[in-house]
Amino acid sequence: MKAADTAWRHTLAKKPPAVTAPAAPVRLGVRKTYKLFIGGKFPRSESGRTYLVNGDNVALASRKDARDAVVAARAAQPKWAGATAYNRGQVLYRIAEMLESRRDEFAAQGVPVAEVEAAVDRWVWYAGWADKIAQVHGGANPVAGPFFNISAPEPTGVVAVVAPASFLGLVSVIAPAIVTGNTVVVLAAGPQAAVTLAEVIATSDVPGGVVNILTGNAAETAPWLASHDDVNAIDLAGVTDLELATELERAAAGNLKRVLRPGDPENDFTADPGLKPMVALLETKTVWHPKGF
Amino acid sequence: MFEYAPAPESRSVVDIAPSYGLFINGTFEAPGSTGGVFKTVNPATEEVLAEVSAAGSEDVDRAVAAARSAFGPWSALPGAERAKYLFRIARIIQERSRELAVLESLDNGKPIKESRDVDLPLVAAHFFYYAGWADKLEYAGFGASPRPIGVAAQVIPWNFPLLMLAWKIAPALATGNTVVLKPAETTPLTALFFADICRQADLPPGVVNIITGAGETGRTLVEHPGVDKVAFTGSTEVGRQIARSVAGTGKRLTLELGGKAANIVFDDAPIDQAVEGIVNGIFFNQGHVCCAGSRLLVQESAYDEVMESLKRRMATLRLGDPLDKNTDIGAINSAEQLERIRVLTDAGSQEGAERWSPPCELPAQGFWFAPTIFTGVTQAHRIAREEIFGPVLSVLTFRTPAEAIEKANNTPYGLSAGIWSEKGSLILAVADKLRAGVIWANTFNKFDPTSPFGGYKESGYGREGGRHGLEAYLG
Repeated sequence: MKAADTAWRHTLAKKPPAVTAPAAPVRLGVRKTYKLFIGGKFPRSESGRTYLVNGDNVALASRKDARDAVVAARAAQPKWAGATAYNRGQVLYRIAEMLESRRDEFAAQGVPVAEVEAAVDRWVWYAGWADKIAQVHGGANPVAGPFFNISAPEPTGVVAVVAPASFLGLVSVIAPAIVTGNTVVVLAAGPQAAVTLAEVIATSDVPGGVVNILTGNAAETAPWLASHDDVNAIDLAGVTDLELATELERAAAGNLKRVLRPGDPENDFTADPGLKPMVALLETKTVWHPKGF
Repeated sequence: MFEYAPAPESRSVVDIAPSYGLFINGTFEAPGSTGGVFKTVNPATEEVLAEVSAAGSEDVDRAVAAARSAFGPWSALPGAERAKYLFRIARIIQERSRELAVLESLDNGKPIKESRDVDLPLVAAHFFYYAGWADKLEYAGFGASPRPIGVAAQVIPWNFPLLMLAWKIAPALATGNTVVLKPAETTPLTALFFADICRQADLPPGVVNIITGAGETGRTLVEHPGVDKVAFTGSTEVGRQIARSVAGTGKRLTLELGGKAANIVFDDAPIDQAVEGIVNGIFFNQGHVCCAGSRLLVQESAYDEVMESLKRRMATLRLGDPLDKNTDIGAINSAEQLERIRVLTDAGSQEGAERWSPPCELPAQGFWFAPTIFTGVTQAHRIAREEIFGPVLSVLTFRTPAEAIEKANNTPYGLSAGIWSEKGSLILAVADKLRAGVIWANTFNKFDPTSPFGGYKESGYGREGGRHGLEAYLG
């Protein structure tokens, strides 16, 4: 109020309007460029390719992008797995917070509000699993001898994911993989929502490289991930073409990747996911040590 | 050095028939089948033990069909009833354990003290353990009403023939599946005796079917469209082929494959115990162990002491008649395996590693290989990268724990590893960083039915043993 009373303002307001002045211009919106998400950065596709989705030019990921993403995921994996479970839980909860605050943006991209909310809740659900899954899925083994013996789950490593089309589906395949310390290379279906999710993740203290998101044609990039020797597992949740799924599973045999076969396309991601999505991407390590004086 | 008088275990407890047919739908069929016959020999003497039928595709069809028709009633039995069959089988195994141990040593070549004191007790314990799960599956953490998968095709190796059978069949039956199992070509006999035990236990026909044969029989079985679940233990190469053939079929798959385990000795380790562990790690079962500690990583500061002690200990190993109770190292399982060991050890010498064996007289008949160590091995050498599956140890050195971890993990395999140190925090930190499914700290090659076993990376997927072992057989 005080500022408005200054002589300066007063003078301006009193200036006679120009006779030919046009109506105040409508502000021109700033558009978002939808790029890839690799190693915590948002690069364009190395191939220089884009494709049109609802009027936006979206990066069309190439084989090279997929390989770059694997390098980033591999580099990030040991530190992410080595973070405390408590810390990973905190980070996942932070993703939920950031996603909640961006509900409108996803709604504007056509994701139903209820689905965004379900996705937020799913992050919260998995955040809580970070420091509990080892107690549920591991434990002491009562061996017949004087030995300390314990089994504990560990992340499989780098996981390639062909994501389902829905936004809740996308969150439902990323969260169970990373909560236990895996890092992921995700081939996303709905590109705008996926890249916006990448922005959520990029602002949630998730270390760069833990989640990498590629947009484009999964049928083109997935075979390179399925045959990649530095990928430990592949989740085919979003593959609808069963011939492609078979081809990917066969390619995955090269280095004996863990394969999560395509789910039912009618899969209801609102249902309780259970432990399977996490357990399928865990290895069990059993440690023995003698007891004695 | 002590002199030992021969102390052979009596062969008379085993009555081996001259020929065996397939065990399908609860009965032994007449010897001979569509796939022909083959002979199984005692690898210590090359004496033919019996003639065995090679199952052809029609035989596999019949076995799978028998398992299919048995599946409904078997899976519908109350868990407590299935449990009692398994308890019964476990008891019969205990009663017949000497017979089975001698048979195992005859057919496989492993020392009787191992088949008697390790294999057979573990076989019985495995059936006891999973028997108890059969009526408790809803408490196992795999959902409120876990369901069996169906017909399991199981293909097992020759290194622990009856023990691998137990690892496969016990959890499959406890969970309500039925099985068609193929033992290895060179060691079919204990599986056929197990078939007889199933009959003795009045196990319903078709629940367990044993078909013998070579790789082709295994492939036919694994690729059979009537099979719902495939479980394989064996080489990584065959594991890959199976994973490819199963692609797109929806069959569930678990694989327990090869290994190239690092056995890491730090300079603060109890050296005498470590040397016992090194010897057990690589010479147990002639090194025919997928989790064998075949790469010894010794901290430089302890190298001389460890090597001197290891060589002294190796000189006391007794190689010879597997049925002799004093024998430490038995026969190599087959001429083919002996050839593979020779090729790889020759490559070790050619690539510049230094080879050493204690003075060791090899019997004139049979397949034998002296306990051998290679020093001056680099990570690039074939003997440091490839699974030899024989009594051959590759020795490498390291300076820091970080270097040990890096070298230990520098392999596509990830089945097991060993750590020797008196420092608890070091053991736990290193155990955390090793990418392997079983870590033995200040011990090696210990097994237990309650303890999950299985690999990371190219050592396969799935776990056998413990609560985890149920998962592979539940839908």
